[in-house]
Amino acid sequence: MKPSPFEYVRPETLDEALAVLARDPDESKVLAGGQSLIPMMNFRLARPERLVDINSIPDLAGTTTRDGRLHVGARTRHLTLQNTDLPGPLGHLLRRAAVNVGHLPIRTRGTFGGSIAHCDAASEWCLVATLLDAEMTVRSAARGERTIAAADFFQSIFTTAMESDEILTSISLPSLDDGYVTGISEFARRAGDFAIVAATAAVQVKDGVVTDARVSLGGVSEVPFRSTAAESAMLGQQWSPELVATAAEEAAAEVDPPSDTHGDADYRRDLVRALVPRALATTSPANR
Amino acid sequence: MSGPLSEPETWTGRALPRLEDPAIVRGWGTYVGDVAARDRGCLHARFVRSPHASGRLISITAPAGVTVFTAKDLHDVQPIRAVLHRPDFVAVDTPVLATDRVRFVGEPIAIVIAASESEAEDALDLIEVEIEQLPAVVSTAHAIAPGAPLVHDVEFPGDPNTVVDGRMHTDGFDDAFAGAHRVVSIQVSSARQSAMPLEARAAHAAYDRASGRSTLHATLQMPHVTRTGIADSLGLPEDDLRVVAPDVGGGFGAKMTLAREDVALVWASRRMRRNIAWIETREENFLAAWHSREQVYDVDGAFSADGELLALRGDLVCDVGAYCCYPVTWGVEPLMAMAELPGPYRVREYSVRSRGIITNKCPIAPYRGVSRPMQVLAMERLFDVAADELGIDKVKIRHANLITEFPHRSPSGLVLDAASHQETLAAAVELADLEDFRSRQAAALAQGRYLGIGISCFAERTGYGTPAFAARSRPFTLGTEQAPVITPGFERVILTMDPSGTLTLRIGAAPHGQGLKTTLAQVVCDELGLRPDAIRVIASDTDQTPYGWGSFASRAMVIAGGASMLAAQELAERLRVLAAERLGGLPVDIDLVDGHARVRGSDQPGVAIAVLARDVYHSSHLLPDKGDPALEAVGVYDPSGTFANACHIAEVEVDPLTGRTVITRFLVAEDAGRLINPAIVDGQIHGGIAQGVANALFEELIYDDRGVLVTTSLMDYLPPTVAEMPHIDIVHLETISPASITGAKGVGEGGTIGAPAAIANAISDALKPFQVGVFHIPATPHRVRAAIRSGTDLHVIPLAVPTPEPEKEAQR
Repeated sequence: MKPSPFEYVRPETLDEALAVLARDPDESKVLAGGQSLIPMMNFRLARPERLVDINSIPDLAGTTTRDGRLHVGARTRHLTLQNTDLPGPLGHLLRRAAVNVGHLPIRTRGTFGGSIAHCDAASEWCLVATLLDAEMTVRSAARGERTIAAADFFQSIFTTAMESDEILTSISLPSLDDGYVTGISEFARRAGDFAIVAATAAVQVKDGVVTDARVSLGGVSEVPFRSTAAESAMLGQQWSPELVATAAEEAAAEVDPPSDTHGDADYRRDLVRALVPRALATTSPANR
Repeated sequence: MSGPLSEPETWTGRALPRLEDPAIVRGWGTYVGDVAARDRGCLHARFVRSPHASGRLISITAPAGVTVFTAKDLHDVQPIRAVLHRPDFVAVDTPVLATDRVRFVGEPIAIVIAASESEAEDALDLIEVEIEQLPAVVSTAHAIAPGAPLVHDVEFPGDPNTVVDGRMHTDGFDDAFAGAHRVVSIQVSSARQSAMPLEARAAHAAYDRASGRSTLHATLQMPHVTRTGIADSLGLPEDDLRVVAPDVGGGFGAKMTLAREDVALVWASRRMRRNIAWIETREENFLAAWHSREQVYDVDGAFSADGELLALRGDLVCDVGAYCCYPVTWGVEPLMAMAELPGPYRVREYSVRSRGIITNKCPIAPYRGVSRPMQVLAMERLFDVAADELGIDKVKIRHANLITEFPHRSPSGLVLDAASHQETLAAAVELADLEDFRSRQAAALAQGRYLGIGISCFAERTGYGTPAFAARSRPFTLGTEQAPVITPGFERVILTMDPSGTLTLRIGAAPHGQGLKTTLAQVVCDELGLRPDAIRVIASDTDQTPYGWGSFASRAMVIAGGASMLAAQELAERLRVLAAERLGGLPVDIDLVDGHARVRGSDQPGVAIAVLARDVYHSSHLLPDKGDPALEAVGVYDPSGTFANACHIAEVEVDPLTGRTVITRFLVAEDAGRLINPAIVDGQIHGGIAQGVANALFEELIYDDRGVLVTTSLMDYLPPTVAEMPHIDIVHLETISPASITGAKGVGEGGTIGAPAAIANAISDALKPFQVGVFHIPATPHRVRAAIRSGTDLHVIPLAVPTPEPEKEAQR
């Protein structure tokens, strides 16, 4: 397949990029790693008239910590997160999630913000953002900067709360204290494939009791799914493998997943049941 | 030649690095895409394809300025037609572009020509096609149901939409079946598959105004037969068309069938008097470049109490899609299944019905192994189930039924030559250490982990020539009209030594990744005492090679190898005659070794072969034998076939919660006769097993109930990657059979043939605690999990047969 004809611009500054985007926002697309956009253009499923390449813009990549939150530049490559030695349970989760993104060549090019803006329900980064109530910072030429909470950001399949003249610039996540256990477990047919179902979890345990419980599931709904049933099953309870199994059952009962050629709704529920405990078992002892 | 003791004294038998590889791994290969890219002025073609499984073509409209040709423009082009001479065989025409009907999603309707690939793609968007949709037949059950729509408006001698209906029934079958201790009945099935070569189809048609000749570069396994097919369609003398298959990025059978697109491309190039390229997309390749293996077999085995298979009954159904592939026809799957189902087992009484049934889906064509992966799945699942039901060990029941005496005549009339079925089973079982496995399995189960082991024994019919293909049809005689049946088989080579003493071997076979240029060089050089770098093998160009059938069906090493050996022996004899005269002695006393002819036992240096060669051409008046002033020999070989054999053993671990199968160990005891190049043989086994793993666990083409293919990208159709492949251990046995003059048996398909059954048996063994087994492949995680959850065997879920409704639904 060959893409439809399109115009390509590569601005040197964010303001310039926003100005180009503002000219014809509905017919333009922002190009970061091209991980999903380029294949969709080659299949002619996406036919933007203009690509705004943000790869020359400074200060869009990298991580910083301030005010108890980790700020991840939108153009940070997956591989950077896999290889950066960020501390604590959050660092652990980001590294484990990054390893699950595609294959190595994809991770060298695809970006954290690109995945979030693309809003695929099985994407590792969308799951992590949902799990930890990430805040997305976006900017437009007309209205300047605003911040959107994860709960409001992911709206439906490939649809976010961003306007078409906005560029996602950074994403912030709460630093998790050492009382948290975090993890991700996903099921894909082959190494590096899209997950059929993925589970991420973050549980804070104090004196053996669960003081915060977060579970997000991918592949079971149009957008990443926070399992409030699993979370409330754990909150305030004694931490034990049995508790995790109970939470997994609750999550499986709560979801209403789709069916496709990789498995029907029952199968996806089975995967939720299997993966939630594995997400919490992937935590290395050092982080417990 | 000296070397360590383990090193053979000959070139054959050595794991010689492939002569083809240095260029290919450096990116110096030439593929069709390279030919197109280097031809700066060439036009590009794209095909308008049917979006509907069945319909009446009403109109095709294009805006002014778009170059498009339809069946109307191709009115003087003959349809493609391949037939067998059998009373149950139904023949149809395949138009090069759809005329008034479309019969599958992806069927080519029109060819669009533009200045570049992108412009051709843009032009494709502008073509409007109006199709009146007709009810589609999307399953074999629907196809033969009363009142089903007919895929082709032709006479069917039996059931509707049934184009092959083969039957055999041995005289003693009914008595043997009735008198058996126990009848074990199973149904096995396989999803549709694509051969999915890394390089999709591609072609570049060039037109030379001076000579009026066309040259087609295309990615092919059968260049000569492709030339015949295109010339017949276009009404050209074959000499007006040169067909070249440059480097080919994988074929696996999918590139032996004549492509409608290639015919249309040559036609358009001649019509426009321009060069035109067509590079197929992956999506098109999935839609239209041949499918295979959508088969359901009902098999009953009648056993004695001690596990002897007394009689075998089979009802074999192959969904062959919408058109008949050229040249081997849509009989290829059902007729192979019928002839070869018993495999390596002694089956005295046999009753079989094997059908090819047409549907509104992509046509089938041969894919590595053709029907044998399913035949072996059927037999090996049958023996495992019978062993369980009769309380007999799974290895013992196989030993009790494997053929031991050779040659063996099968109930379908095949003659199996010398092989080592018992020995390969024993060798693989020894490697597997079953006792150790059973203790590991028990220990794992105690921890809630499910391990399994599975065995698969098979005979791989290889290197079969004209007699085998002729047997698919009733005998026919040559008359004044052209014989109607294309009967492949022989190979012919021309071996020439030039004045510098180096060799050129021109072959009709068409290697496309098998390393044949290396292995043929090894065979030839042993006869002539030369080094493999002294020989150039020329293949896959109809201007430069003798007519031949190409590379498919695990045949090239046996048949082209045999022909090359015969040519080399003839040339060697001539060199001995020439040398004997000048060295003294008789030709039989001359050895050809290290590039020299020497009198055996003499310490004289002898004469260089290069000197003999130069003198033949430049001092021909002095030739002692008054023979040709040239060194050239023709070799022809056309054997009836030989059977390689092997035993595969797979160990798996199944995750009961997700249904995922991981292959933890894969063992092969292989007997491919004499190993010409052990590294190449191992490579064939490894690659074959990868495609067997694909068949067993991963790949399936899925149509929805309207006949629309939903798996049209590599996101949905999942070939295993190296991460999913197990380590493979191979042991070789070497049975030298007189059925192959080089001693080599074919080995191109065995891995694909044996692996699915071994894996299905291993998963079934692992799932024994759940009392469910695998009877459908691929055994995908969701199917395995569903079997565990429901406690029912993993079987195919057939599509519902719609109630017949005569009114047509018009759309678009």
